[in-house]
Amino acid sequence: MASDSAFKRLPANPAAVVNIWVEGQPITARAGESVAAAVLAAGLGPTRTTPVSAAPRAPYCMMGVCFECLMEIDGQPNSQGCMTQVSEGMQVRFQQGAREPLENAS
Amino acid sequence: MTRADSNTSTDYVDLAIIGSGPAGMAAAIDAAELGLRVAVIDEQPLPGGQIYRQVSQPALQDRSVLGPDYYYGESLVKQFSTAAIERIGNASVWEASANHLCLTRDGRSHQLHFKTLLLATGAQERPVPFPGWTTPGVMTCGAAQIMLKSSGLAPAEPVVIAGSGPLLLLVACQLLRAGIRIEALLETTPAANYRDALKALAGAVSGWRYLLKGARLMAELKRGGVNRRSGITNLRALADNQGKLDRISYHHRGREHQLACRTLLVHQGVVPNVQLSRALGIDHHWDELQQCWRPGIDRWGASSTANIFMAGDGGGIGGALVAELQGRIAALAIAAQRKQLSDSERDARAAPLQRELERQLAIRPFLDRLYRPAPAFLRPADETLVCRCEEVTAGEIRRIAREGCAGPNQAKAFSRAGMGPCQGRLCGLTVSQLMAEAREVPVSEVGYYRIRSPIKPITLGELAAMAAPTNPVKAARKSAQKG
Repeated sequence: MASDSAFKRLPANPAAVVNIWVEGQPITARAGESVAAAVLAAGLGPTRTTPVSAAPRAPYCMMGVCFECLMEIDGQPNSQGCMTQVSEGMQVRFQQGAREPLENAS
Repeated sequence: MTRADSNTSTDYVDLAIIGSGPAGMAAAIDAAELGLRVAVIDEQPLPGGQIYRQVSQPALQDRSVLGPDYYYGESLVKQFSTAAIERIGNASVWEASANHLCLTRDGRSHQLHFKTLLLATGAQERPVPFPGWTTPGVMTCGAAQIMLKSSGLAPAEPVVIAGSGPLLLLVACQLLRAGIRIEALLETTPAANYRDALKALAGAVSGWRYLLKGARLMAELKRGGVNRRSGITNLRALADNQGKLDRISYHHRGREHQLACRTLLVHQGVVPNVQLSRALGIDHHWDELQQCWRPGIDRWGASSTANIFMAGDGGGIGGALVAELQGRIAALAIAAQRKQLSDSERDARAAPLQRELERQLAIRPFLDRLYRPAPAFLRPADETLVCRCEEVTAGEIRRIAREGCAGPNQAKAFSRAGMGPCQGRLCGLTVSQLMAEAREVPVSEVGYYRIRSPIKPITLGELAAMAAPTNPVKAARKSAQKG
């Protein structure tokens, strides 16, 4: 699973393991961490392409400021991956290109 | 993981505090002790802010990685967690007025009414525009630190760290202690800053503890064999054919160099997070030394609006210890305003805090001069993307300014800069500075984006559901039972 661009898990205090799905792939995360952190630890990404030029992007600030980590989380598009905690069975999708206004309005 | 262990059930409080970093926690503890009914709202599930993020449940086993300044937050968080305070975690405030605020939590919005509001919303990292800064693999030093604190995660190697400011050295040392190999530490601090900083040496001498810390970090990097280069210019991130960061280029002593890397961590200091204070209509002025906007507050933290106070980095950058002191001082002022305390008692209690505050702030003029970002990061070259969301370049901003666009608000219509999901958080400072430069007027004359609520994204459905007001404290408790 881990690619050469995966973030490294350092020796950590015990925490429950949370299983989530990212783009259909199962990955394991640490309870309490953000979706963005879990995705980076799995070496997945870029996590979206931009609506303007389809340029690849990935989490940048990890504190809710930059909105680069927008993902579709459990069916909710434009969710901030760094501000959403992982939960068991969560379904995460990367957003490609233009936003879909009809979906956003739901 | 919800934290809403309150013992009252009301949507009306004496004091609502936004943010549970050092300023918000300290203010809440003291205000509660002075008899005020206090609610504290924070976006994170656990209190601590970014500086003490997750310090009550730290991910890293090895405490030496983040060091004692981080774990100092443990006792503050403990006090905060046991005091008679309504703690509303996992909640984002998307609107505030002089008597109520709207917050979103678990996909639902609620209103909270208050007599006094304290903004303790802290800082954000200064946007660092340079060619390639949107490349996946480029992140901020703050982001790397957050991942260490909350996940025990270290960035993918090889790692290069570039920029300026105390956090740059600290993060480099922390990663080094975690066993991460740092390919290079590239300092962009202009040489002229060192001469300028000397003018503020008197303050630096009385703030010698900070200087000593800096010297220790530098010695640690040297011992760790980190390749540290100063006077770096022309930083550029380059992507591979998948669009991911693959190497960087920079100039050092007039020559171009390249380095292969998977992660580039950048930093150019921190600036007040003014999103909420602006949305509330508080006056802001341009701070030439810190190159950022700061809200107008008095020495008690009182803003131009009678019952709105500010404490911590959101009111001007001072760091964690300053934030804690400001929080305590603001709590005294608020308690006195609410007649829980006489003015003379307030003054007597505040005096030692004010003295300590002055001592802690003594180093600032020196640090502000030394770590003032290089002009290329404040007003980047034309090709650089300034608005990451709408992909507007510095050249485009300069062009519209020359063509008569008066300021950032008009720039939205001309270019869409500042109209993306981040609402100008990552381009606002740069756009104001570029326009001031192009029009040859002070930044204060150009102004800033007008910030309107909702300042955090909510769905229309959520907004509609708000018609039936519910109680945030009760709802928080309910979901805590559920989870």
